[in-house]
Amino acid sequence: MEQYLSLFVKAIFVENMALAFFLGMCTFLAVSKKIETAIGLGIAVIFIEMITVPANNLIYQYFLNVDALSWAGIYGTDLRFLGYISYIGVIAAIVQILEMILDKFLPVLYNALGIFLPLITVNCAILGASLFMVERDYNFTQSVVYGAGAGAGWALAIIAIAGIRDKLKYSDIPDGLQGLGIAFITTGLMALGFMSFSGIKL
Amino acid sequence: MALRKFFDDMSPNFEKGGKYEKYYAIFEMVETFCYTPKTVTTVAPHARDYVDTKRIMTYVVLSTFPALLFGLYNTGLQTNLALDSLNMSGVSGFRGWLLNLIGYDYQVSSYLGNMLLGLTYWLPIYITTLLIGGMAEVVFAVVRGHEVTEGFLVTSMLFSLTMPATIPLWQVALGISFGVILGKEVFGGQGKNFMNPALVGRSFLYFAYPVQISGDSVWVGVDGFSGATALNLGARGGVEMIEKAGITLQDSFIGTIPGSMGESSTLAILIGLAFLLFTRIANYRMVLGCVIGMITTVTLLNAIGSETNPMFNLPWYWHFVIGGYAFGLVFMVTEPISGSWTNKGRWIYGLLIGFMVVLIRVVNPAFPEGMMLAILFGNIFAPLIDYFVVQQNYKRRIKRDV
Repeated sequence: MEQYLSLFVKAIFVENMALAFFLGMCTFLAVSKKIETAIGLGIAVIFIEMITVPANNLIYQYFLNVDALSWAGIYGTDLRFLGYISYIGVIAAIVQILEMILDKFLPVLYNALGIFLPLITVNCAILGASLFMVERDYNFTQSVVYGAGAGAGWALAIIAIAGIRDKLKYSDIPDGLQGLGIAFITTGLMALGFMSFSGIKL
Repeated sequence: MALRKFFDDMSPNFEKGGKYEKYYAIFEMVETFCYTPKTVTTVAPHARDYVDTKRIMTYVVLSTFPALLFGLYNTGLQTNLALDSLNMSGVSGFRGWLLNLIGYDYQVSSYLGNMLLGLTYWLPIYITTLLIGGMAEVVFAVVRGHEVTEGFLVTSMLFSLTMPATIPLWQVALGISFGVILGKEVFGGQGKNFMNPALVGRSFLYFAYPVQISGDSVWVGVDGFSGATALNLGARGGVEMIEKAGITLQDSFIGTIPGSMGESSTLAILIGLAFLLFTRIANYRMVLGCVIGMITTVTLLNAIGSETNPMFNLPWYWHFVIGGYAFGLVFMVTEPISGSWTNKGRWIYGLLIGFMVVLIRVVNPAFPEGMMLAILFGNIFAPLIDYFVVQQNYKRRIKRDV
């Protein structure tokens, strides 16, 4: 239990997807103008990470890894070169299916998430989490916890930057830096603050 | 009033349509430095108050003076003690030459001698900060047409006090330029930034040149002298290790231990705090929140305990007196711009920083000191805290009206 807790905390703070690895930057910079939408997007990312990382974990363990097909009586296979295309395909498919399910059964949530669900398909934080999972050899439970933690960390970062950009509405930014320019600088300064976690060993 | 007349004669040149219209910011800076600004509000509403930004900033600078004076003395004292322990008979280089000139070379027992020696360390750093940072500030003010504010005096003072005595001057210049430009000016100057510029500059140096500034070994300006800081000793062996190295609780409270120039004396800093609280420039909610957060977290960690990490058992009063906790608490946490703006938010902001500083000091083996990073972390979340406090207020009011 303690092992999972520390993995969760580590995924949120120490290895923050947005502010330590700078993944998912496009949505991070583009959809962080309002706090409400940032919260919506953050929840969507947590949700998707929690489903796709374990799903990709199963695909890796039972199809792609060396000798992964031994359950079907086939030995000597190594399909790891299919990794990228499988993971991104799985993510796209799951996001699509999820969108349809939500549309049918939970229209309120569907409307709240809106455009963000399809947008998430191409978010590199999502694929990044799956690739980290493969690289670090997580088992199924670990990948569920890691997915949730990575999503929560990214959500925390985007909500925080939305808060800061809300405050920056009252500032007087030079013409050339308005919009994306100041968002990049803000992200850099935030990463400086998040450096307080780097080096923690859990 | 020759000076007043001089300014009055000069001012047409700098006002709109004048010859030096572009350099109005510089003229305004010098004029308001000498006299109260003449500008008055022409449109309602009018608020009558004797306190303006200028006075607030001047008070903050005044409140750093006890820490500064003690810091000067202590920097000199530490250098002289180190010289003593190495059996050297004087400071080398231009410092020794200068002190020799006025007859105060190497006097470990003389208060004035120590202070003058400290001054030879602090003054070059402060002048560099003022020159380089001031230049960046003035260039921005001239080009962008805003005023040069007294806020920079505070930033430069705090920045120079958080510097170790041994830091190379080019790093000081780099740090303050980064802090002023990227921490403040790109957002439009004073009051528009979301992070403390002095701390942005310092943390930039912290990560770019960790050898000089990370704080695991002491900064005493003598070649060949080295030792561990109290925080580093605590991380290695808890209270016993600190006391074995000859650092008592009383020493660290009064401040005769090595450290960054302005932060070693908790006593002097608390005098500054009393002044800031009395003039109501510092908000007591942030201070109390930060103290409560720190004490609670430390007590919790003391109760949990750890066999491998002696920092877990360090009591809260040690956390209070060693490192930069007190300095950050008084001069950085209370900074009104980068902190939370709502009263409830200020409590939470303080608590968050108090919690984070202990967490970084105790749990993170990479950094011996945590106050700077904890405050930057608090700055990141301050607007968000405000947002939730305001939202909660909305909801309560809607409920009340229905």
